[in-house]
Amino acid sequence: TKTQNFCRNEYNLTGLCNRSSCPLANSQYATVREERGRCYLYMKVIERAAFPRRLWERVLLSKNYEKALEEIDENLIYWPRFLRHKCKQRFTKITQYLIRIRKLTLKRQRKLVPLRRKIERRENRREEKALIAAQLDNAIEKELLERLKQDTYGDIYNFPIHAFDKALQQQEAESESESEAEREEEDDDDDEDVDKREFVEAEDSELSDFEDMDKLETSSEEEQEQEEEAEKKASHSRSKGKTPLKGPARRKRPYIEIEYEEETEPSTKTKAA
Amino acid sequence: QEKLALQKKRKKEREALGDKAPPKPVPKTIENQRVYDETTVDPNDEEVAFDEATDEFAPYFNRQTVPKILITTSDRPRGRTVRFCEQLATVIPNSHVYYRRGLALKRIIPQCIARDFTDLIVINEDRKIPNGLVLSHLPDGPTAHFRMSSVRLRKEIKRKGKEPTEHVPEVILNNFTTRLGHSIGRMFAALFPHDPQFIGRQVATFHNQRDYIFFRFHRYIFKSEKKVGIQELGPRFTLKLRSLQKGTFDSKFGEYEWIHKRREMDTSRRKFHL
Repeated sequence: TKTQNFCRNEYNLTGLCNRSSCPLANSQYATVREERGRCYLYMKVIERAAFPRRLWERVLLSKNYEKALEEIDENLIYWPRFLRHKCKQRFTKITQYLIRIRKLTLKRQRKLVPLRRKIERRENRREEKALIAAQLDNAIEKELLERLKQDTYGDIYNFPIHAFDKALQQQEAESESESEAEREEEDDDDDEDVDKREFVEAEDSELSDFEDMDKLETSSEEEQEQEEEAEKKASHSRSKGKTPLKGPARRKRPYIEIEYEEETEPSTKTKAA
Repeated sequence: QEKLALQKKRKKEREALGDKAPPKPVPKTIENQRVYDETTVDPNDEEVAFDEATDEFAPYFNRQTVPKILITTSDRPRGRTVRFCEQLATVIPNSHVYYRRGLALKRIIPQCIARDFTDLIVINEDRKIPNGLVLSHLPDGPTAHFRMSSVRLRKEIKRKGKEPTEHVPEVILNNFTTRLGHSIGRMFAALFPHDPQFIGRQVATFHNQRDYIFFRFHRYIFKSEKKVGIQELGPRFTLKLRSLQKGTFDSKFGEYEWIHKRREMDTSRRKFHL
């Protein structure tokens, strides 16, 4: 296909650089241009070639499409067919794109925000450094251990906690020895279960089995003791929640307290059931 | 080079003094040097407590509403974004993914409220990767607009675990100190139902560090009393807050509570807002 050049003149009718469609080469020429949504017909005749200021005559075309076409015909009567035809074509195209503009402005517009390379790089670097400084794994582990200590998990995990042992020692000798013996057995079983759990990697059925085994093994006395202790701890944590929080170290507490204040209840309820 | 000489000298002095040496100076980190933010939340602050009791999240924290979340994207999401949406839906319980076929946000918000959704998440996409997140609490709640970066899908994370189950995960919110951080933290907390199922042993973490919020999703296991193992499953991404609006999403008439102004806020290396 033959390549054609574009004409840079703003009064050009077709946009291509040809002898027949150059406003400079032809002394009698017409174009349709639009300004701020209104279409005008521009005409240039030989008689005004000496007056550059009055060279282009401008006619406002009506908003009605058919009427405007008639107006073009009226104004360009006795003009070469080529110019008339191309003017009408251009006018059609212009109206079409004006309609499209109006439709699009009603819809949501996508706003393009330029990316700033320097800022992007700076933010990426800062993000990496923040990631390193965050030490997420450690933080998460610490948080989980703290929650374990705070007994937010209730009685799901039976690890020999120091407070637990101390509470035991405070009780009577007989029940102490009994419960200690049983608890030692339990601990062994716990460790075994824990190992088993590690091998089979996060299968929830294991945990439920473990809970069941727990319930089967413990005697009724133990259950009561555990319930009491759990309740004490629950009440303790609840009371912690209601009294004013202490110090900046506890500043994370507002979120956690609100969540877990009532969470110990369901665990005790399940135990009771 | 002078620094090296100084350090060596100091080390020699320390060794020479032995036990009587003064304690080692604490190394300066950005967190240590952080410019004191006057909006830091004091746990004892009554005003904050009162605000929290009366703001838009009160019904959630009083357990009157159950979170129901709608996840959607911008127009024409690409494969990565779609998969990310799906994974996010598995992470957040009670969430639904709907595709946006050119629907205007202003119109879908009343529909969502009518269908009892509590939160709306819109993931904005650019050049086939998700890069923005709009999180809005629905019944007329605050809207937060984040810039999302370093998104890793589940298969890109190095681990050999399975998928997250349907159990309700726990939530960890770290380091949200200032008032602004506080409200953002509550927004995140409002996404998840109140009662985590500890059987599931899953935990979702939002960790704020120097104004970047890192999201991770792990499965934990207590190996012993003092040791816990965590295994990462689920997608991960980092967020940086760009703006916080008072009402629901409205770009033109919304009342902005906080906008990140680069010129003013990015000047100091030690000043953070979240």
